[in-house]
Amino acid sequence: MVLKVFFPSCCSSAESGILIGRWILEQNSAVILAVVHFPFIPVQVKQYLSEVQRVTKVSVSVLGSWSNSKQEKEESLSEFLEDLGTIFAHEPWIQISKEGDSKFWSCSTLQKHSNNPKEEEIILVYYDQRKVMLSHLHPPLDTATSTDRRADDASKLSAIFDTVAKSKILFMTDRYDDGPIKLTHWQSDGVEASIIVELMKQASVPACTLLTFLLSLISGICRSRVLKFWPLSFLWSKLSTCEQLGHRLQHLQVISSNKKAQTQTQLMRKANIFVSLLIDAALGILLMSWLYRKNRIGHLADTLIPVADHVAEELQDLLQWLMGAPAGLKMNRALDQVLGRFFLYHIHLWISYIHLMSPFIEMILWYVGLSACLGLTVALCILSDIIALLTFHIYCFYVYGARLYCLKIYGLSSLWRLFRGKKWNVLRQRVDSCSYDLDQLFIGTLLFTILLFLLPTTALYYLVFTLLRLLVVIVQGLIHLLVDLIDSLPLYSIILRLCRSYRLAAGVKFRVLEQQDGKPLRLLMRINPLSYGSVVQTYRLPTYSCYPKDSWTSLCKKLFLGELIYPWKHKGEKQD
Amino acid sequence: MEERPYRSASGAPIALRHRQHSASCRELAVRCPRLQLRSLSAVTSAVWLAAYGLFVLSENSMVLSAAIFITLIGLIIYLHFVKIDQESLLVIGSLGIQVTSSYASGKESTTFIEMGQVKDVVINEAIHMQKVIYYLCILLQDPGDPQGVSEVVPLFQSSKPRLDCLIEVYKSCQEILEQRKTAPQSS
Repeated sequence: MVLKVFFPSCCSSAESGILIGRWILEQNSAVILAVVHFPFIPVQVKQYLSEVQRVTKVSVSVLGSWSNSKQEKEESLSEFLEDLGTIFAHEPWIQISKEGDSKFWSCSTLQKHSNNPKEEEIILVYYDQRKVMLSHLHPPLDTATSTDRRADDASKLSAIFDTVAKSKILFMTDRYDDGPIKLTHWQSDGVEASIIVELMKQASVPACTLLTFLLSLISGICRSRVLKFWPLSFLWSKLSTCEQLGHRLQHLQVISSNKKAQTQTQLMRKANIFVSLLIDAALGILLMSWLYRKNRIGHLADTLIPVADHVAEELQDLLQWLMGAPAGLKMNRALDQVLGRFFLYHIHLWISYIHLMSPFIEMILWYVGLSACLGLTVALCILSDIIALLTFHIYCFYVYGARLYCLKIYGLSSLWRLFRGKKWNVLRQRVDSCSYDLDQLFIGTLLFTILLFLLPTTALYYLVFTLLRLLVVIVQGLIHLLVDLIDSLPLYSIILRLCRSYRLAAGVKFRVLEQQDGKPLRLLMRINPLSYGSVVQTYRLPTYSCYPKDSWTSLCKKLFLGELIYPWKHKGEKQD
Repeated sequence: MEERPYRSASGAPIALRHRQHSASCRELAVRCPRLQLRSLSAVTSAVWLAAYGLFVLSENSMVLSAAIFITLIGLIIYLHFVKIDQESLLVIGSLGIQVTSSYASGKESTTFIEMGQVKDVVINEAIHMQKVIYYLCILLQDPGDPQGVSEVVPLFQSSKPRLDCLIEVYKSCQEILEQRKTAPQSS
């Protein structure tokens, strides 16, 4: 049976004393937390340990003795250390001794009530106390979902990590304290603290209260009845800028709440949101300074109207082409002219509206551009909304073309059934045979022929406008992908993994150190950091948009039947 | 410590190094075939000839510098992410099994599996491309079902040693795994 002793590497040069730590019976391992030096009074040591146990809920006890002798091994000291085993009754009593500067220590155990006298093998595992204390062990992603049986099936390593992490209070006393107990651990040379961190902690409390107050004001305004009237609420729900602003408002509420984060996950989430907001605002201000530097925004506003005009002219040319003989196809002249003129009139209306707005465009754009300081994501959402507004006529044409085509397809399919003598039974949701009267058949066949021969014209208009609409949707979709990426990327976790990789641990790795015959096996335990992919997957922030669950086949089917497609839906909206 | 030559499944020479650190700790390392100079020069010359051909066609000297750049970057990526130099197995009785792969650039990727999760270490057969090869794998215990296997972790995937080498590694591992059956107290 093997005994495992986890020894902190900072105590390797400590003076002689007794070892305190936690004994894990199920794993037959001892986790050593600190060394208590002579002189001490055993009663005071026991009192101190019971207090530590009460506060940290970790069963800390005296595990053995440690002797670090610079010169030859002293016989009296070793007898004294064995006698200590009777005062602090612990089974088994571990005795570690180091001679001079030798790397190879001798380790032995004293078992008073053991039934097998065989000498058990001892493995000495060195660990870096500070890193293990600060690190957070991540279970593998597939086992993290099954939460039952976690308590008794907990990984052996997590018990060790927990022990060191929960014993923080033990590491608060350093050697300059005037207490009865003198300890050696990783912080015994002086408690580490950073002035900047302390100042920020002090400053964060009033900052958080101020932020909470401002946010409550803003959300009160947003929830007021004025903004809930029908046209305005419809507009807010369609503009992606408002969604993004609402999302960021939620984030601000999370980080300005006064409750301290309970678990590691909550703390990381708060930190990620804070860094994401900061980077977003920084990039937004950079963009803003670039836009306003050489009056680029004025140039942008000046080119906006000519671009809209150009798009409208291109559309007019396209419609003229469709009204002629597009790609050599022969269209039905009458229907062609009707549809073409209808769409041309629409474009004419649109151009008039744009020209009506043109004097105000520069001012509106100038003020809207100021909102880029709220973040790069807001600026990108505004861009996406401007594209949507400028191509509104394409959207309208797509809807007209799709509805017309859809009606035609339904009409054709129903009349085709009539042509064959069948009927759609709505009650049974199937096709039944039906006997029609002669005049029904006659009119039905006539209508069927008319619709069939008009199909190429409508189909062509539908095809052209669907392609244009898909182009606009793809451009908007790419912008939204970028916004989602900036929203959900856990930058703080990635930077932590880069700079302090021991804080995010996937596991441990062991290295075998030099061995000597007769001495226990020496291993070094180091932390195996989480891979970047798992960091992003574990800590990514949730976003408000959900990607389409339609497969490509259902999308093609919808396009063929002329049903309207909404590729990018937001959470909270009803799915079609 | 001993090092013995073996052959991989494709015939390349590999070496197995067996170290016993203590009664319950063994390290088995398989050294993979090294990067051959002739394959490296063949690939480099092919890329540079193609780039020179493009240069003759297009008269743009950027093609040549791009080819040099691509070759360098490709070599660095290959050495850091693809070419494995050594795969080792460290079995520590009552702690666990550690699997390490060291890449040609010095990078090491390690996985440690605790002894409580290890059900057994077995040699399996698999169909790989057009061959049937033997491979060593660790069977992980299913926490819900004591008889079930939740995951199979294959070892020595890049060096693919043949059966004689695998039998030696298997025997070493089983000697240590048996120790945990004879010690009922450590779970």
